[in-house]
Amino acid sequence: MNIVVLVKQVPDSGADRNLRTDDNTVDRGSANNVINEMDEYAIEEALKIKEAHGGEVTILTMGPDRATESIRKALSMGPDKAVHVVDDALHGSCAVATSKVLAAALGQLNADLVLCGAESTDGRVQVMPHMIAERLGVAALTGARKLTVDGSTLTAERQTEEGYEVVTASTPAVVSVWDTINEPRYPSFKGIMAAKKKPVQTLSLGDLGVAPTEVGFDGATSTVLEHSKRPPRSGGAKVTDEGDGGVKLVEFLATEKFV
Amino acid sequence: MSEVLVVVEATREFGVKKVTLEMLTLARGLGTPSAVVLGGPGAAEALSAKLGEYGAEKIYAAESEEIDGYLVAPKATVLAELVQRVQPAAVLLASSQEGKEIAARLAVKLDNGILTDVVALAADGTATQVAFAGSTIVKSKVTRGLPLVTVRPNSLNPEPAAASPAVEQLTVSVTDTDKLAKVVDRVAEQKGSRPELTEASVVVSGGRGVGNADNFKLVEELADLLGGAVGASRAAVDSGFYPHQFQVGQTGKTVSPQLYVALGISGAIQHRAGMQTSKTIVAVNKDAEAPIFELADFGVVGDLFKVVPQAAEEIRKRK
Repeated sequence: MNIVVLVKQVPDSGADRNLRTDDNTVDRGSANNVINEMDEYAIEEALKIKEAHGGEVTILTMGPDRATESIRKALSMGPDKAVHVVDDALHGSCAVATSKVLAAALGQLNADLVLCGAESTDGRVQVMPHMIAERLGVAALTGARKLTVDGSTLTAERQTEEGYEVVTASTPAVVSVWDTINEPRYPSFKGIMAAKKKPVQTLSLGDLGVAPTEVGFDGATSTVLEHSKRPPRSGGAKVTDEGDGGVKLVEFLATEKFV
Repeated sequence: MSEVLVVVEATREFGVKKVTLEMLTLARGLGTPSAVVLGGPGAAEALSAKLGEYGAEKIYAAESEEIDGYLVAPKATVLAELVQRVQPAAVLLASSQEGKEIAARLAVKLDNGILTDVVALAADGTATQVAFAGSTIVKSKVTRGLPLVTVRPNSLNPEPAAASPAVEQLTVSVTDTDKLAKVVDRVAEQKGSRPELTEASVVVSGGRGVGNADNFKLVEELADLLGGAVGASRAAVDSGFYPHQFQVGQTGKTVSPQLYVALGISGAIQHRAGMQTSKTIVAVNKDAEAPIFELADFGVVGDLFKVVPQAAEEIRKRK
C-alpha cells in the first residue's frame, strides 16, 4: 500500500505563541518549531500498516525551508522518503489554497491512503482532510481512533458525541487520526542516522502547476484584520484547607450564584 | 433583509443543540435566519418547534437515507446547491467536528473563504476568533465569497424570538463521489443525563490527582449537584481514569462554560488550552504551587478527597 502522511511543522504549543505584527501570520521565526503532535500518530499508523501489509510510506509537508527539521524528525521514525513543497509564494496561504497545493502534490504521488492528524495545534481548524478529499474526489474518514485495513477496504471507528461510529471506504482515501489511535514510537539512534540519508524531494509551485497568484496573500480567501493578546487571567483568592475548605468553596460558588 | 443560513446541529437524544440556538440568535443580527436541517427521513419535524422559538423564519429540510448513511459529503453537496440558489448573507455552522467538515467541503465547492471557532460576527462580516489556546484574539474576514463561519459553542446567550417558520423540503440529489464514506454502525455509549461537554454551562473536571477511575465518582457527584458536565485532563485520560471523549485540552475538547471546576488538575498548558476562556474558574489541588491557581478565581489548597465531599454536603444542605 502506498501511504502518504501529511506532516505540518507548527510552533511548540507548550510555549508562548504569537501572530506576527507585520503580516498577521503565525510567528514561526521566534518559535520553537516542532512536528504537529497529532501527525506523529498518523506516522505511527502508517508504519504499522506498512509492517502488516507492505508498501511504502512517504511524508508530505508544505512549509518554509526550516520545515526540513521536522521532515528529518518524521523520517527518523521510519518512513521511506519525503516530499517537501516549498515556495516563497506560499507564505500567507489560507486553508483553501493550502488544500489546493496539497491536493496537487498528492495527485503526483499516487497514494492509496493519505493519513494525517485530525487537527494541527496551531490553527485547530480541522478542515484539511475533507478539503483534500473534496478536491481529489476520494473518501475521507476523519477522527479515527481505530483503523483496520483489509485489502482495499478501510474501516475506521470514530468518536462522536453520542458514542462512536463505524465507517468504511475503499482506497484511495484520506484518513485523519486522533491521538487515541496508537502510541507513536520514539526514533531509534539507527533511525535518526538513517533519516539523514533518506530522499527528500522538493517541489515548487511550478512543479505542481499551481500559479503563485492562487496561493499566499494574493490568493487568500480570508484575511486577518487585527489581533491582540488577551489579558492573562490573574489568580483570585486562594485558601488553604483547614477543615472548612469545602464550605469555603461553596460559599464562593454561592456569591457567584452557582449554588 | 437577506437570509442567513444556520445549519442545525442536533442530537438524537436531546434534539436541537444549544449552539444552534446561539447561531439563530447571532443570525438575527445579520439578516433573516433560515434553519437548514440535514438529516435522515423525518429529521426536521422533531426540531421545528424549537427552531421557530429562536427566530427561524424558514426551515429548509433535506431528509434522506443518503444524508444519514454517509459521512458529511452529501450534506455539503445539498448545502452548496442551497447556497447557490438563495445567495444568503452568511452561512453559519457549529464549530464541531461535523460542522467544520461540512464547511470545509462547502468552501472548496464554492471557492469560498472559511473562518472557524468564531465567537462573534459583526454585520459587516468581521469575525472574532480566539486563537492559540485562548491567548490571542483575532479579527478576521472572508475576502472571497460570503461569510462562511463555524461558531464555537457557548459564545453567546441564546435569546428566544418567536417565529412560525414554513418548512421547505429540499430535493436531495447526491453523486456517487458523495457516497464513498459509508456509516455502517452507530453505537450509543452510556452518558446518562449530563449536558454535553462543550455546551454545558458548568464543567467539573478531574485530573491525575483523582487517583483512579473509581474515584471519578466524586467528580461526577459534584458535577451532578451543579448540573454540569464531567471533564478530564489528559493525564487522567491517559491513565485510564475516564474516557477520551471527555478530555479537555489541546488534543481534546475546548470548553468555555460559566463555571469550570478543576479537581486535582495541575494546570499544564495542554489542559489550559481547553478551558482558560471559562468565565469563572475554581480549583482544588494539594500543591499550592500548581499553575492552575494562576487562573483560578477561587482556589482551595487541600486534599480533594476531603474538600470535595464537604463541598457536596454543603451544596445539599443549601438546596
